Amino acid sequence: MKNLISMRDLSADKIVQLLALAAKLEKDPSQINLSRRVMAAMFYEASTRTRMSFESAMKRLGGEVIGMVGTSGTSVEKGETLSDTARVMARYSDIIVMRHPMEGAARYVSEQVNIPVVNAGDGANQHPSQSLLDLYSIKKAQGTLESLRLALVGDLKYGRTVHSLAYALAPFNPEFYFVSPSSLNMPSHIMNDLRTRGVKFHETSELGKIVDEVDIMYVTRIQRERFPDREEYEKVKNAYIISADLLKNAKDNMKVMHPLPRVNEITTDVDTTKYAYYFDQAENGVYMRQAILSTLLGEAK
Amino acid sequence: MNELKVKVDPIKNGTVIDHIPAGRAQRVLAILKPRSNDIVMLGMNFSSKAMQKKDIVKIEGRELTKNEVNSIALIAPDAKVSIIRDYKVAQKTKVEIPDFIEGLVSCSNPKCITNAEPMQTRFQLISASKRELACQYCERVFTADEMDHI
Repeated sequence: MKNLISMRDLSADKIVQLLALAAKLEKDPSQINLSRRVMAAMFYEASTRTRMSFESAMKRLGGEVIGMVGTSGTSVEKGETLSDTARVMARYSDIIVMRHPMEGAARYVSEQVNIPVVNAGDGANQHPSQSLLDLYSIKKAQGTLESLRLALVGDLKYGRTVHSLAYALAPFNPEFYFVSPSSLNMPSHIMNDLRTRGVKFHETSELGKIVDEVDIMYVTRIQRERFPDREEYEKVKNAYIISADLLKNAKDNMKVMHPLPRVNEITTDVDTTKYAYYFDQAENGVYMRQAILSTLLGEAK
Repeated sequence: MNELKVKVDPIKNGTVIDHIPAGRAQRVLAILKPRSNDIVMLGMNFSSKAMQKKDIVKIEGRELTKNEVNSIALIAPDAKVSIIRDYKVAQKTKVEIPDFIEGLVSCSNPKCITNAEPMQTRFQLISASKRELACQYCERVFTADEMDHI
């Protein structure tokens, strides 16, 4: 594995390897030493969680981090091309982690430099480290990825995370419940694709009816910036609010996941229930990113 | 008498592109970008047994490259390209959309990096029958009709 650009590039074997390494590093991070290695964080868009998670992963393995957040004050403002910026960064560092608003930006940069590149989000396209940490979290929470029932809740139309998760789980015989307001349904091309892969799924707008059916409830934020029309957003913004009361009939092993940040879609009284898993999920991101960085830097054992 | 012979003169040296779907000859010409001295004949809505109606393009004095032929396949998937030398067909090929297409068409996704950086586009053929191609950068899938030639 030279780069991590898209989940489409990863074989099931490679995914299993990365999950195993993340588990190993969670137990004992001292197994891998990235001292004197430098990660360049090229973040053309604001990101707190993803960037700090990668930084934490690198630093906990003994590595160093340099980087930029946003383009203000950088050579990008002077009109430098992405290719030039990346080629300079590649002279300063051993690995590039980048987020960019244009789709395909990370793939392009990986062709321009001779060090590994990690895609930390390219517009609405891919965010593979998020998909991998979701898989790792599901495996950790349920002990397996096989034959689970999952509700994907919220914005299923524009939600890159849930699309990616549906594909990533497809080889593991999942059963999905797609729960969304009708204006934010899972795109039909994705459903057709899942159908040809033999994946079982149901569409519903009523979350209450399936709460006691599922092992994982994966909730996403309905993003205001996705709506051209303010009125449309107002109609659906509070469509699904997960509260402790809603979960009272949930299965014992059920876990609520969320890529965060949440706004009001999960009320804070859920945080103290046994179902809350979103903060563990965020922590798991560090282990998964440690696995990604060490694999790409050739240090995975 | 054959309808084609009445309406279109044979060419001495050059290329004939036959079996273009009716109405698409101008788009084929747009790809080939004839130079100012090129002699070009364009026929539209000729009757055809296989296609009912078809377009045809002849270019005198120019043999199309493989890349140009491939590019035509996106617009005219059933076209037949004949290279003519001294009034005789020297080579006849049926066009085929190649597995990879580089630098010929632009990506229709305005958020694709290929529309922002000085770089070549690259598409992979997903389905020849549906004429669907995936951008190797933004990963979106388009049909050939949705794409613009560079």
